[in-house]
Amino acid sequence: MSSDFAIALTLAIPLGGAILIALCHRAPNVREAVTLAAAVALFASALALLPRVLAGERPSLALLEPFPGIAVRFDVEPFGLLFALVASALWIVSTVYSIGYMRSNNEGHQTRFYVCFALALGSTIGVAFAGNLLTLLFFYEALTFATYPLVTHHGDDEARRGGRTYLGVLLLTSTVFLFPAVVWTWLAAGTLDFVPGGILAGKLSRTDATILLALFMLGIGKAALMPFHRWLPAAMVAPTPVSALLHAVAVVKAGVFAVLKVAVFTFGLGASGASFDWLLYLAAFTILAASLVALRSDNLKRRLAYSTVSQLSYIVLSVAVLAPLSVVAAALHIVTHAFGKITLFFAAGAIYTASGKTEVSQLDGIGRRMPWTMAAFAVGALSLIGIPPAAGFLSKWLMFQGAAGAGHWTVLAVLATSTLLNAAYFLPVVYAAFFRRAPQEDATHGEAPWTMVSALTLTAAITIVLPFFSAVPLRLARMLAGAT
Amino acid sequence: MIAEHLPALQVVVPLVCAPAIVLVRRLGAAWAIATLASWSALAIAIALALQVAETGPISYAIGSWPPPWGIEYRVDPLSAFVLILVSLVGAIAMPYAKVSIAAELPQEQEYLFFAMYCLCLCGLLGITITGDAFNLFVFLEISSLSTYVLIALGKSRRALAAAYQYLVMGTIGATFYVIGIGLLYLMTGTLNLADMAERLAGVHEVRPQIAAVAFVTVGIGLKLALFPLHQWLPNAYTHAPSVVTAFLAATATKVSIYVLIRFYFSIFRHAEGLREVPFQEFLLGLAILAIVSMSLVALFQDELKRMLAYSSVAQVGYIMLGVSLASPSGLTAATTHLFNHGVTKGALFFLVGLLALRCGSTRLSMLSGIASRMPVTALGIVLAGLSLIGVPGTAGFVTKWYLVRGSMERGSWWLAALIVATSLIALGYVWRFVEVAYLREPGPEAPRKGEPPLWMLGPAGLLVAACFYFGVETSFNVGFVGEAVRLLLRQSGA
Repeated sequence: MSSDFAIALTLAIPLGGAILIALCHRAPNVREAVTLAAAVALFASALALLPRVLAGERPSLALLEPFPGIAVRFDVEPFGLLFALVASALWIVSTVYSIGYMRSNNEGHQTRFYVCFALALGSTIGVAFAGNLLTLLFFYEALTFATYPLVTHHGDDEARRGGRTYLGVLLLTSTVFLFPAVVWTWLAAGTLDFVPGGILAGKLSRTDATILLALFMLGIGKAALMPFHRWLPAAMVAPTPVSALLHAVAVVKAGVFAVLKVAVFTFGLGASGASFDWLLYLAAFTILAASLVALRSDNLKRRLAYSTVSQLSYIVLSVAVLAPLSVVAAALHIVTHAFGKITLFFAAGAIYTASGKTEVSQLDGIGRRMPWTMAAFAVGALSLIGIPPAAGFLSKWLMFQGAAGAGHWTVLAVLATSTLLNAAYFLPVVYAAFFRRAPQEDATHGEAPWTMVSALTLTAAITIVLPFFSAVPLRLARMLAGAT
Repeated sequence: MIAEHLPALQVVVPLVCAPAIVLVRRLGAAWAIATLASWSALAIAIALALQVAETGPISYAIGSWPPPWGIEYRVDPLSAFVLILVSLVGAIAMPYAKVSIAAELPQEQEYLFFAMYCLCLCGLLGITITGDAFNLFVFLEISSLSTYVLIALGKSRRALAAAYQYLVMGTIGATFYVIGIGLLYLMTGTLNLADMAERLAGVHEVRPQIAAVAFVTVGIGLKLALFPLHQWLPNAYTHAPSVVTAFLAATATKVSIYVLIRFYFSIFRHAEGLREVPFQEFLLGLAILAIVSMSLVALFQDELKRMLAYSSVAQVGYIMLGVSLASPSGLTAATTHLFNHGVTKGALFFLVGLLALRCGSTRLSMLSGIASRMPVTALGIVLAGLSLIGVPGTAGFVTKWYLVRGSMERGSWWLAALIVATSLIALGYVWRFVEVAYLREPGPEAPRKGEPPLWMLGPAGLLVAACFYFGVETSFNVGFVGEAVRLLLRQSGA
């Protein structure tokens, strides 16, 4: 099997899956089986690429050339593969979860839901494998449009408003900042390829390079850097499986993934001469401000959303430190945060499905009625705070190490403060769930359907065991740092 | 033998078909003849384009009278490109017209539509292919007169008013064009465009040149709906039969823009007068005004056809913006957008015509929840809308890329910012439809679930697919255009 074919297959599976799902709209069981099969096949085909990439091979596939000299091209490099593996693995889990969620909440338009889900995953894989900025832009935008129907799934006024913010912010940033940045890069460098060491060294003055960096960083609105973070909480009007997979994993991670890709392979970190200092402070501000908002939010999904905003900026912050170790930490944080956050969202959705509760203040004593769910929630929370043995500890440790090695004391202070803030907004939830007495009237519900509970238990389990099997992700992430 | 006369046949076939239709009058036969005319026009256009790509520009002397005395037909990459656009849209429109016209027109008028359509096609192809300034005027009139009739065929009585308004404006435009040509003839003594360009270099009186440029610009500007000469367009597009709107939106204004590009970059290339007056800056200003004001006006329309019509005026602004940049990137943007926007707007008007057919109205307030009743049509409008916005991967994006690139090459950062910012307004009006169609419940007057016949849906779907195909596989709308632009700029010595 040639490498070209393997890439084409990986890209074609979600697309073909979407078509098959649409064709099976009359038979829900078949439709869900197709979704699950597509998810498994996607993960398997991404996994099949792993040995070759670890051996140092870089499979590549060029398709068409929309503009002379710029092709739609896919290069599978270690970091992209890591992202693709995480996204496709979590697609399997969240499909299982979605089936339970969509059925027990009697959601409408389920075929559209699964079709868009598959298309969104396909776009995510496109982003992960993109070999140049144009391809990245194509799939980045496709992801926005594929997820819009998911965000507005309920079709009511609230969904319409949320959808407007979602689409508005994401397209405003990508059209007004990201797209001109890509054209400018093409004019300055004469290429858009992702090359280790970057393509801009010596091509632009320091001021110009910094402006270009700003266009890129603000243009990648999916990374939710303040002030362009509002779409993320707005997207929480979506059904919970969407929030879980897309707004904790695929969409936001496509954002920070693009940030890392651009910083490492377009700018070559410091090689372009661009100043990253402002980015450092903006990311630090986003971390702290978003944590404070999360602390004050009573709505559980909103709290998780702002936690995501803050966690994403950890990654941007680590990139801005410019140390190789920080880049490894950033890449790894994409993985660890994905598993932790999806567990938390799954738990929030399970709580809603079983009890109809959405606010933190309603959760007193719920841990006794939903022990599996809340235990998983606790694991996710520990991971996000960065307490061993949960996976989040791993990346956070590397972040501290990288910042300390580079002598960035501000960064250390920000990381420490935000860890405390994370603890402050997660631990009370866990405490209330297990140690507070439940109000009398809700003795009626138990756990959510087994599909949901098994999905969230699985992600929680992975969160715990990941640090013990971190060799492969760590190796892939280190290969990224080796490229700098 | 035949291959030699293809340039003449390009125009003659539809011209002959028009009276033939009037003679037979039977509906099926009329449709068959018009379809034959359209498809053979497309085949001829493609054959000509291949020939041009292989051997370079073709010159054809009508009646074997050699140019510059006789009328010359001239096919170069640019005109071949426009010929394909016009005949392609015509060919795709025919299956659609079969059902659409039967539904919208009284039976005794149906053959008239097909006859007038053939004349209009002949006029548009003639404008594009001719190398003679006066012959161009003749074809301009053929296409305009037939267009007035086509618009007047619209179902509502307001179609008559719209046609009359267009008739007045169109006649003024044609008159201005003839005056401009008259001045040029006085200065150069020739009507052959290539010859005129050569001789204009030897003319040193600047004033008549400026007057000629101004008359031609205003005259053609009226036909291409150059802001602020666009007033006729929204009414005409709103009230004409659906298939007429789609055909005209995709072709008529585009052909006029082609004429303007010809005049600016081929005829006036040596004219001293053009250098004395800042015509480029003037066009740039108008283009910006068109883009900003017309996009905003489109944003607040309730009638979907009218919204798209105003959007067309704004999109003409983008094309003129590319023209006014006068650089390889700018002209590539302008030329490729003739095609990209033609395909996109054609698709949109075809699809909106389907809504009109099934719902009886295209007001947004009447289309609530239409996506649940006509899912394929609604999805098509969204997809073609993406190309209108210029989302990466669509034909519209190709234009946007070159426009932004052209602005940046000139160092006009504000212009690049303006282009990307105004494409967000397009997002605004496309998304008004999305929210109405998908995020509202269907009202009691909504049609029952079902799609229009495949005869109509097929052509529309084909154009929607083209919006995406030409967004990634661009050997025609960028590769071929690049060749045309290189040739054009070499002529003008830029």
